[in-house]
Amino acid sequence: MSNTSPNFIQSSLGKKLLMGLTGLFLISFLVVHATLNSFIFAMDGGELFNQGCLFMATNPIIRIIEIVLFIGIILHIVQALILTLKNQKARPVKYAVTDGKANSKWYSRSMGILGSLLLMFLVIHLSHFWVGTKAAQFGGTIQEHNTYLEIIEVFHNPFNVLIYLLGVISLGYHLAHGFQSSFQTLGLNHPKYTPLIKKAGLWFSILITIVFAAMPLAVFFGIVK
Amino acid sequence: MNLTLKIWRQKNDKETGKLVTYPVKDISPDMSFLEMFDVLNEELITKGDEPIAFDHDCREGICGMCSMFINGRPHGPKRGVTTCQLHMRSFKNGDTIVVEPWRAAAFPVIKDLTVDRSAFDRIISKGGFISVNTGNAQDANNIPIPKPDADASFEAAACIGCGACVATCKNSSAMLFVSAKVSQLALLPQGRVEATTRVKNMVAQMDEEGFGNCTNTGACEIECPKGISLENIARMNREYFVANIKS
Amino acid sequence: MSKLDSKIPEGPLEQKWEKYKSSVALVNPANKRSLEVIVVGSGLAGASAASSLAEMGYKVKVFCFQDSARRAHSIAAQGGINAAKNYQNDGDSTYRLFYDTIKGGDYRAREANVYRLASVSANIIDQCVAMGVPLAREYGGMLSNRSFGGTQVQRTFYAAGQTGQQLLLGAYSGLQRQVGLGTIEMFARHEMLEVVNIEGKCRGIIARDLISGKLERHFGHAVLLCTGGYGNVFYLSTNAMGSNVTAAWKATKKGAFFGNPCFTQIHPTCIPVSGDHQSKLTLMSESLRNDGRIWVPKKQGDTRKANEIPEEERDYYLERRYPAFGNLVPRDVASRAAKERCDAGFGVGTSKMAVYLDFKSAIARYGHSKALTQGINNPSAQQLKDFGKLVVEEKYGNLFEMYEQITGENPYELPMRIYPAVHYTMGGLWVDYNLMTTVPGLYALGEANFSDHGANRLGASALMQGLADGYFVIPYTIGAYLSKEIATKAISTDHEAFVSAEKDAQGIIDKLFAIKGTKSVDHFHKRLGKIMWDKCGMARNEKGLKEAIAEIRTLREEFWKDVRVPGSANDFNPELEKAGRVADFIELGELMCMDALNRSESCGGHFREESQTEEGEALRKDEEFAYVAAWENKGNHTYELHKEELKFEAIKIAARSYK
Repeated sequence: MSNTSPNFIQSSLGKKLLMGLTGLFLISFLVVHATLNSFIFAMDGGELFNQGCLFMATNPIIRIIEIVLFIGIILHIVQALILTLKNQKARPVKYAVTDGKANSKWYSRSMGILGSLLLMFLVIHLSHFWVGTKAAQFGGTIQEHNTYLEIIEVFHNPFNVLIYLLGVISLGYHLAHGFQSSFQTLGLNHPKYTPLIKKAGLWFSILITIVFAAMPLAVFFGIVK
Repeated sequence: MNLTLKIWRQKNDKETGKLVTYPVKDISPDMSFLEMFDVLNEELITKGDEPIAFDHDCREGICGMCSMFINGRPHGPKRGVTTCQLHMRSFKNGDTIVVEPWRAAAFPVIKDLTVDRSAFDRIISKGGFISVNTGNAQDANNIPIPKPDADASFEAAACIGCGACVATCKNSSAMLFVSAKVSQLALLPQGRVEATTRVKNMVAQMDEEGFGNCTNTGACEIECPKGISLENIARMNREYFVANIKS
Repeated sequence: MSKLDSKIPEGPLEQKWEKYKSSVALVNPANKRSLEVIVVGSGLAGASAASSLAEMGYKVKVFCFQDSARRAHSIAAQGGINAAKNYQNDGDSTYRLFYDTIKGGDYRAREANVYRLASVSANIIDQCVAMGVPLAREYGGMLSNRSFGGTQVQRTFYAAGQTGQQLLLGAYSGLQRQVGLGTIEMFARHEMLEVVNIEGKCRGIIARDLISGKLERHFGHAVLLCTGGYGNVFYLSTNAMGSNVTAAWKATKKGAFFGNPCFTQIHPTCIPVSGDHQSKLTLMSESLRNDGRIWVPKKQGDTRKANEIPEEERDYYLERRYPAFGNLVPRDVASRAAKERCDAGFGVGTSKMAVYLDFKSAIARYGHSKALTQGINNPSAQQLKDFGKLVVEEKYGNLFEMYEQITGENPYELPMRIYPAVHYTMGGLWVDYNLMTTVPGLYALGEANFSDHGANRLGASALMQGLADGYFVIPYTIGAYLSKEIATKAISTDHEAFVSAEKDAQGIIDKLFAIKGTKSVDHFHKRLGKIMWDKCGMARNEKGLKEAIAEIRTLREEFWKDVRVPGSANDFNPELEKAGRVADFIELGELMCMDALNRSESCGGHFREESQTEEGEALRKDEEFAYVAAWENKGNHTYELHKEELKFEAIKIAARSYK
């Protein structure tokens, strides 16, 4: 048989692969982010934490990775939009009755909504912390920039804490599906290892959620001052 | 038992349809779901109404022709069962049952509950085969095939092409169907010869037909009456990526 | 004298086909491209023939009434496919398969055809495996076999309980490949309604597009009917709901003879009828008789549950009556034995029209060996049962699930209840050695023809015959005809023969709508089925058959006065499709009874109560009836009988014994 296939990236599976790869890349970023966050529990008035922040803001390799990270996020979002639109078109007349809970998890069916919530949260989150840091970077005041104090200030506001908790929970559920799903997409499904990957994914999602939720809660309840 | 049926009626693919309510009485729990439809149709014909069109043929769960979306699930509430094998003992007296056709852009409604699934045939014709002409074969035992591979291939080959995977998928994706065929052939040494072009061509045709994309919810695997595994989709992904890296 | 020429090649049996193949006329590739072949039906025979012919270069059109070629009812065959491979080293050979098939068919099949079938059987397995059909294998990677009824060797290849599905999907994949290459044009949801003959040769068909309702004319230099059997004449059968005789029946109206219509196979192991609502019967594969033991209580009208009846009060009547073959006697023998027990009052279940098929001893036996392989030397009773269940599940899992689904009973715990049901029709369009009917250019393949199974088909032989006809016979034999047709240009479908055939088809449709009666099509179909089952079923007698003929005539008249076909002709209308099919079944039913009446011997699936031994076994009358009864339709429901004498040169004709 002769090959009649168009190019890879335009194909449904190519798009899927991009979603999976960018997803996994973003997951790896989350590990770094969560590690940095946990520095706040050193209980040293934010010294270690601020050092970490400074490293992240000034290390040239990290600066390059940051750009890649943003490209990753944008690709992930754009692909998601394209796929969602295509998927919507694939069923023009909807069912009167569907019983999704009988065959799948709600969050696996709600990745679009969870992702949109995450995007909104991301905008708020960046405006809280990233914008200030960037301003300091380009203003040449990065050495004096105190992210720790910013955090204390933001999370004294209960409204902000609520938003962060919602954002982090959305992230948790997004990961609960996304982690194992990206392995499946990459074709890594094996009777022996897939159950492990699924379990690892679930624990990872829970851990990430706890670590990220711990910071605003700890600040709000005065555990971290 | 007595039941209330809400059944999708649609004259053809051009007109829009609607759910119509039909009460049915004295249904035996030993009846199959389709036999209940026979009874209802018999009543409609006697009354001078048009009977409900629905696809069915073998009525033993293997031809893949029957296709009803029953109370939000393809082939109804039981796992591993096609509509024709679903029996009324799975329902209770007084139940309301909503019956809709498979819904997907790639499966246009022909009439009532009957849909056009020829997209599946077109996908198969792009690569769901091994290109061996009649009379070319060597002795069947010349290539030993490890039993686990043969068994896995058989499990994938058990697909009946009913389209329940597409019907239940929130994205109307046909990946379970396509991957079952890709897997069946990829697992056999005879099928490896054309593995690269096969997966590329079949995926291209699948996209062309307007099926949605897989988001790994796993609903298809649960609803598949033949228990085709999600592993097949992963295998297809793998095959596809490798094929594209190779050429 | 007879108009029938079977065209069997000269020479010794073993060489007939080889010699034929090397001497049959060929068509050169350039000429093949301008020769068109119509294939009606897309089952094993149709799909394999269509793909093979397309590969050879012919222009092929395929028609099926289902929504896809993959739905054809070959898909439902469960148990397996025979082939004389002798992989098990148990003494199998082409000759043995040939012999078993002739004997199984109770000496009513043509030797030359059956020998050819046996000799190509091994090629079928090779072909299917090469096409990626995942047949069952042993741990060493080699193909696995099991045994089937009527044989003492293991020659049945299988894919769990879905052999037909796997083989059909294999043939379908070959068909779709040619569709993709543009050599086959596929017409799904199309039903053939007329054969078109021009100057004594078949030149095309009229088909109805089932979605738009439009009648279409299609030309072909040759037409292949691969449309399966007519078991649905009984209303309840193991056939698919859509399986019908219409294509074959329309052919008889255009001059094709119908061979041995009364030869129907009643399969012994089906799930019993549960009520009036029943629309079809479900087969439990014959392969189950490898491991299941059939019994009834020794006491008449025993009302105890199966598990409460102790071993010594059970009558394993097949093992008792036929010690050599036991539970693996041929289908006709097993079916009649079940009927005999039930009629005598030993039946079980609520209807008392069922016998038990019990897996208890198989579960125990397998449990024991499985336990040993697991290193457990003293397994507990529970372990034995669990291990045994695992093995049985691997072999027959899908069948057990299906049984539980339909009956609501768990066959691992309780024995299955089974009863015979109509399954296969050995009769069909009469064909010669080339598979051509009495109309030049019109062929019949697979179950649609009468040929290879005589009066009774052995298990796992239908798949073999369908694929043999399609893959390995027709590609050669069609050349004998088409090589003389190379000068024939495609005939325009405006030809008056097409016009008048279309008019005939339209006439029937109009007539059906014009009746506007009060009763549904199914009403008539059920009544026909009851007449056929009661009087032309497992046992037949002169009085009953005569009554049946009269009743069917009345039913026919009533049908044409009182049937109601709703909807319109220019639309997707399943009721109209059914009406046309039932009209043909009614006519066929009458002919079946006439044939059964004529054949006052018992042979294979045809049991005339007047012709039996003192022990109640079937009694053949070879002097009088060693012939194929081919019926010519003379119009107005009259038929003329032609006889093709059967000559047995390689096999000594003898009473069939499985004792």
